[in-house]
Amino acid sequence: MSGLEDLYREIILDHYRSPRNRGELDSPPAVRVEGFNPLCGDEIVVYIDVDDAASGDAAVVTDIRIGGQGCSISQSSASMMSAAVKGRSIGEIRDLTKSFKSMMSIHEEGLDAETEPQEDSAGAELKLGDLEALRGVVKFPVRIKCATLGWNTLQQGIDEALSS
Amino acid sequence: MAIDQSEVEQHAPGELDVLRIKSDFPILSRTVHDKPLVFLDSAASSQKPRSVLQAMDTYYETINANVHRAAYTLAEEATNAMEAARSKVAAFIGATDANEVVFTKNATESINLIARSWGVANLEPGDAILLTHLEHHANIVPWQQLAAQRELEIRWIPLTADCQLDLSNLDSLLDGVKIVSLTSMSNVVGTITPVRAIADAAHAAGAVVAVDACQSVPHLPTDVHQLGADFLSFSGHKLLGPTGIGVLWARKELLAAMPPFLGGGGMILDVRLDGFVAAEAPHKFEAGTPPIAEIIGLGAAIDYLNNLGMEAVRQHEMALTAFALEHLSNRFGDRISLYGPQSAELRGGAMSFAFDEIHPHDLSQVLDQHGVCVRPGHHCAKPLMRLLGVGATARASWYVYNNEADITALGDALEAAGEFFSF
Repeated sequence: MSGLEDLYREIILDHYRSPRNRGELDSPPAVRVEGFNPLCGDEIVVYIDVDDAASGDAAVVTDIRIGGQGCSISQSSASMMSAAVKGRSIGEIRDLTKSFKSMMSIHEEGLDAETEPQEDSAGAELKLGDLEALRGVVKFPVRIKCATLGWNTLQQGIDEALSS
Repeated sequence: MAIDQSEVEQHAPGELDVLRIKSDFPILSRTVHDKPLVFLDSAASSQKPRSVLQAMDTYYETINANVHRAAYTLAEEATNAMEAARSKVAAFIGATDANEVVFTKNATESINLIARSWGVANLEPGDAILLTHLEHHANIVPWQQLAAQRELEIRWIPLTADCQLDLSNLDSLLDGVKIVSLTSMSNVVGTITPVRAIADAAHAAGAVVAVDACQSVPHLPTDVHQLGADFLSFSGHKLLGPTGIGVLWARKELLAAMPPFLGGGGMILDVRLDGFVAAEAPHKFEAGTPPIAEIIGLGAAIDYLNNLGMEAVRQHEMALTAFALEHLSNRFGDRISLYGPQSAELRGGAMSFAFDEIHPHDLSQVLDQHGVCVRPGHHCAKPLMRLLGVGATARASWYVYNNEADITALGDALEAAGEFFSF
């Protein structure tokens, strides 16, 4: 089952077993957003505290919690995401999100024929670190939506935080 | 994964010669990840026998022409082939008149047709619709859409702990109800519902009864009159037929009184600048060129099932369901939860389960590596998932081409998944 080991790396299973930043934040003041994967029924809830939202991309996500239920890929991706973004500025989180989605072969600017993942995505200033473990997901296209569920939900939360 | 064929023969349930049936389905000889394909997702869509594929090819190769439109030989032959399939469908479900059979795109469209045509014409603000907690989204959302537009109330028949309908308050639930729309067999937990008893009570209360028979028509002998149905919907692709073809059967008085659904060619008698005159049913509800090849394919699928005999199909699946309940619970004990009725007599072969606290999506991923196809997810029944207290289940479902070896292969793959995810 060599293919499966590419998908279920030990660090992914570790985050699934022991999710980081699991729980809730009081909302308000925290922003609470829900994300759904209509294909498999996964639901994720992201809570973020944003400091000085008026300063836009310079604003900082001071705290984050993850709720909901889902498969090992969606839960571990959200767990790793929470650890990676906590304490980061919105601008940094945007870059990180771009790097992560690039690794997942989701390019926001049109279709890109590139299939071989590159070590460093253009424009990314942050290393993905543990999140690199999710690279194997691209071999299982159905699971990409699982891996990106938390990220899309976070993005929605950031948009809400900045617009309120 | 060595399958001991002699053992399979020895334990073959029912009267079906499953090994011969398997050989009628070209896809079942392929491998997945170098493993023999074990297809256990027929509740989502069945595989198709060679005869169905050939019937569609033959149509395109020998008589392809639009139906009901031209006087030349090809068109006449195409029309005859399509109408012959309509008669086969009618006979298959015990309908006395082929004109009561309306071809749609799928069962979802059939139910939307009921809501949009019959519902809009017959439901007034304050009227109630009665559904059940077992329903597929296709038998929920069209009614919610209509209810929002027409200020209707939706009520729900609750479930017992083993996912059977709890009819203890049926009479009060029916008060003020104009239509009961219910599944005859759950696509998630397999429950066979007592349609006739509910229909009798509904009719006594002045309501009509629509049956979502997607899961039962492919697997049980069906007689619309014995069921007491006023409407009955199902899809071709779960019944060994192609995708893109569904059926709505309705009593002809209802069809005659209902306004058309989609407008266009084929559904009119006359069109003038100031309006149109609709054709008679079923053509009134079949605007545009129908899926002719798919209708002919559906007819061939019904021929295939008739050759097996629907009573034999039911007996086979009941035996297989009993084997699965026993095999999986004996083998895995507390590690597996099998949802729904625990007796094969009360259910069909769609079986949702939870295993070793492994998320269904992860479980089916590992099973796929063993060539075993089961479905993870909410199965388009989120209200039922909430009732079961889960976000998703894994579901295995079987059909005429499955045997005990397939269930055993599922068990073997579950064993491997358990080892893979042993924390």
